[in-house]
Amino acid sequence: MTTKLFGTKVPRVEDQRFLRGQGRYVDDLLTDDPRLLHAAVLRSPHAHARIVDIDVSDVLDLDGVVAVWTWEDLTGPMAEPLPLLIPHPTLTHGRTQYALAREEVNYVGEAIAFVVAVDRYVAEDAVARIRVDYEYLEPVVGIDAARAAERTVHDDVPDNVGARMEQENGDARAAIAAAPHTLTLELDIERSACTPMEGRGTVARWDPDTSRLTVWSSTQTSTGVRGCVAAKLGLDLARVDVITPDVGGGFGVKVVHPWPEELLVPLAAKTLGRPVKYTEDRREHFISSAHERAQQHHVEVGFDDEGRVLGLNVEFWHDHGAYTPYGLIVPIITSTQLLGPYKPQNYRVVFESLYTNTVIVTPYRGAGRPQGCFVMERTMDAIAAYLGKDRTEVRSTNFIQPDEFPYEHGLIFQDGRELTYDSGDYPASLAKLKELVGWDEFEEFRAEMAAQGRRVGIGLACYVEGTGVGPYEGAHVHIETSGKVKVATGLTTQGQGHQTAFAQIVADTLGVRFEDVEVTTGDTRKMPYAVGTFASRAAVMSGSAIHLAALRAKEKALRIAAEALEASEEDLEIADGVVSVKGTDASIDLGTVAVLSNPLRYAFDEASKAATQFSVGDPGKPPVAEDDEPGLEGKDFYSPPRSTFANGMHAVIVETDPDTAEIRILKYAVVHDCGHLINPMIVEGQIHGGVAQGVGGALYERMAYDESGQLLNASFMDFLMPYVTEVPTSIDIDHLETPSPLNPLGIKGAGEAGVIPSAAVFAAAIEDAEGFPITAMPISPSELFELRLAHADDTTEATTRSTP
Amino acid sequence: MKPAPFAYLRPATLEDALAALAGQQGAKVLAGGQSLVPLLSMRLAAPSTLVDINALPDLGHVTVTGDGDGAGDGVRIGALARHAEVLASAEAAASQPLLAMALSHVAHPTIRNRGTTVGSLVHADAAAEMPMVLRLLEGSVDVASVRGRRTIPAAELFAGPLESTLAHDEIAVEAFFPALAPGAGVAFQEIARRHGDYALVGVAAHVETEGGEVTRARVGFVSVSDVPVVVDVTGAAQDPEGDPAGAALAELEPADDIHATSAYRAHLVKVLTPRVLADAVHHARQRSAQGKSA
Repeated sequence: MTTKLFGTKVPRVEDQRFLRGQGRYVDDLLTDDPRLLHAAVLRSPHAHARIVDIDVSDVLDLDGVVAVWTWEDLTGPMAEPLPLLIPHPTLTHGRTQYALAREEVNYVGEAIAFVVAVDRYVAEDAVARIRVDYEYLEPVVGIDAARAAERTVHDDVPDNVGARMEQENGDARAAIAAAPHTLTLELDIERSACTPMEGRGTVARWDPDTSRLTVWSSTQTSTGVRGCVAAKLGLDLARVDVITPDVGGGFGVKVVHPWPEELLVPLAAKTLGRPVKYTEDRREHFISSAHERAQQHHVEVGFDDEGRVLGLNVEFWHDHGAYTPYGLIVPIITSTQLLGPYKPQNYRVVFESLYTNTVIVTPYRGAGRPQGCFVMERTMDAIAAYLGKDRTEVRSTNFIQPDEFPYEHGLIFQDGRELTYDSGDYPASLAKLKELVGWDEFEEFRAEMAAQGRRVGIGLACYVEGTGVGPYEGAHVHIETSGKVKVATGLTTQGQGHQTAFAQIVADTLGVRFEDVEVTTGDTRKMPYAVGTFASRAAVMSGSAIHLAALRAKEKALRIAAEALEASEEDLEIADGVVSVKGTDASIDLGTVAVLSNPLRYAFDEASKAATQFSVGDPGKPPVAEDDEPGLEGKDFYSPPRSTFANGMHAVIVETDPDTAEIRILKYAVVHDCGHLINPMIVEGQIHGGVAQGVGGALYERMAYDESGQLLNASFMDFLMPYVTEVPTSIDIDHLETPSPLNPLGIKGAGEAGVIPSAAVFAAAIEDAEGFPITAMPISPSELFELRLAHADDTTEATTRSTP
Repeated sequence: MKPAPFAYLRPATLEDALAALAGQQGAKVLAGGQSLVPLLSMRLAAPSTLVDINALPDLGHVTVTGDGDGAGDGVRIGALARHAEVLASAEAAASQPLLAMALSHVAHPTIRNRGTTVGSLVHADAAAEMPMVLRLLEGSVDVASVRGRRTIPAAELFAGPLESTLAHDEIAVEAFFPALAPGAGVAFQEIARRHGDYALVGVAAHVETEGGEVTRARVGFVSVSDVPVVVDVTGAAQDPEGDPAGAALAELEPADDIHATSAYRAHLVKVLTPRVLADAVHHARQRSAQGKSA
């Protein structure tokens, strides 16, 4: 009997390979090919400048240089701006860069010239020989400068405003005006970035004999890259294959496509007739990939004596950098997901998406939600402080209740669909969290610590996350005559453990051994219809599609087996790859069923003889029935009506050093609801990683731009990604499972969850420890020290907080 | 992140290494490479030649010299001794405890496994622990060139930010850290953003006592000036109302950077200096007590 694998902690089969250094990443490919060429990119040293002249005359003299491209050398679609991937009606002034800068550069790091040489050393030597005359322009750096609009990034974008978008449910301003209590908050979040272990990278090979282009790219969407490469290079889609090998992390940055290099590498490979590789280095990743997070928020809230929000009016300013290739996804998510598990009676949100002369902004794990969660949770804490109520009580007062699902917010979400929550039980989650972190016992602990001269604080933050956005994913399940099952789904894998989780689904649905299932992802040759891996969608989308495809294969297997076993389908069961008639010894292997599914003229081995023309079939009928097809396969697609909404709540206890202002994490607790868990170990791994990344975002990481637009910390020496020594040694996790009604497995996404509440939860805990408001994140010990100085004369605030 | 072209030499004798350096104005010595290699990769340095000294014989030692009383007592560290080897030496720690106290704050084990203590000294980084420790302990560095050998006292070793007083053709072959005298004590503390990072502020103290009373107190600082700085705070340390941190700050120039404001750095100097001095005095008294009982 096959044991049910869905819901169990099956060890990840990927890890053997990864931990033994046997992963195969883009940079590992074609290394033995003597014809392989290497690319390097000349990048702008200025944040804002006109290009007067580019002189490449010294480059081709250099031994080992094969070719150099500037914008002047590009033709056709390659000479046009890169695509604006997700247009939106309010994005009235969307702009994208060229693959190589044309006349103007708008951030330090923008690609200007592309050199191909025998190795990367020579290519970098050549880059250093290119002379560019610039006419320096004053840059716009930071949201304040963008809003002031004394200068503009693009001449034809007035006031640096790319988009202004407003949504409202009810009449928020009137509700606030009529509310018994009101508060106003200014809340800021700084820039950060995904910083995956592996940067971007692309390898391309053109085969002149078959006129086919093969592209390997470290991407979160191989079908997206394929479409762009074909369009830009003027190739038929059928002549382009895009394969995503192992990917060393994405976290959002690799869903952006096509990167200039993702087009230039295939162009060079096709032009030169030799394979070409580009591997981004770490400095390039900091200055020429993508950032996120920077937003300023102005909040007005009206509430009653219980802390019930009657009206919420949020205005915010989003720094989208120099261009808008990914549209307005991040600020739209902030504006909608800000609501979290709450139901403000009246809500208005308006944002401006602003140009600055800095690296582009596109989704980074959490994608606008960390900012929204920060805004809402800081508001909840401010209400509690104002009313002198327990912070969990104010939240409970505002929760959407379990019997109110599906809950309609009256807004449009990032996928263009209604913002409607499908499921959840927020009061139950909060009860679990309070228990897990010891919320009700905390004052005792605080007093105990204070007696030792130690200062501690506790914070919590709740979020709701729309996961599994459409439009669709598909899957193909093929049972081979060996009984082995080959599964293909088109979205990519960057470390999530898809081989394991998807194989669990197939093993259960089909009734085969887990070990017999092999999953291929991100290969357009195997599954050309796909979207990508982002927005916590892989398990929901491909997991569901794989389940549906496996059901189709199973249906066919049962039909053929019933015929072979002369039994009724209802009497059959499949376990461990064997179809048997319940309660009898009669059985047939799935592999044999696969043989029978494909009528043969030629036997290729002993087993296949059973399917040849003199062995099988009714001579009076066509070997393949009119409504059937050969082979034991199933193919299906899953396309949900809208996103499914996961949720979670985090709490943290921090200690702030009264002397040095250092911030230490004493306890971190997570209650998480992503519906049914396919593999709890993988979900917990996602949470661990998300919390670690969130600790970075809250306490360590920021993009330190100076006023001239130079990124001062473009290395891991000064961009302080936390080490293992900086993240909590243990994270207490509890799960609640409210299944989603929107998909056949009842699952919701889990990939981004861990990172969303970090800024909010740390701000709350530090505020609780220190007694003054924390309104900007991230926060360093130096900043905490400066805040202490600023609040040193201001003891009244702390007093009113504790005794309202 | 690929270095500009350079010639690479790996001489087998010190004489050959010195000759190679003397013949090449743009040559650089490669020992552990933990600072030099990143500078090369980022093309912030582009030497014409790297003279790799890792094949030279007899430079990997960590030796404790003297009988415990003389002026020459102390720890002699060869140019190829790795931080990890110095840190692992119980004899070195017994002779001069500040070595191990400071070395445990130098980066991470993987970096300490390659990086050399002597290399760190002549890299002359005011944010690094060991140059300050050498100054505080009044040690020295022996250097060699085709012109001969000389000893540079720590007080004369540091010329400016990331600049030592070695001539371009000189190789630092050995560092000398004096032993801790009886009745003396040392201590070290630092605050860094992440475990193993360069310190925001690091403070070491060296005190001498007689009969339990402080006769001399000096404090060294990391990351609060352009060059390693040591301040004599004897007066302030002897005065129960004294303010050794204030005395030290008068000679420091804490600066703003992206990780800390100058005010925060100055504050950390005020927090750490009395702590470290107290630790060092305690250490001295403890050692005196042990000395008597022995």
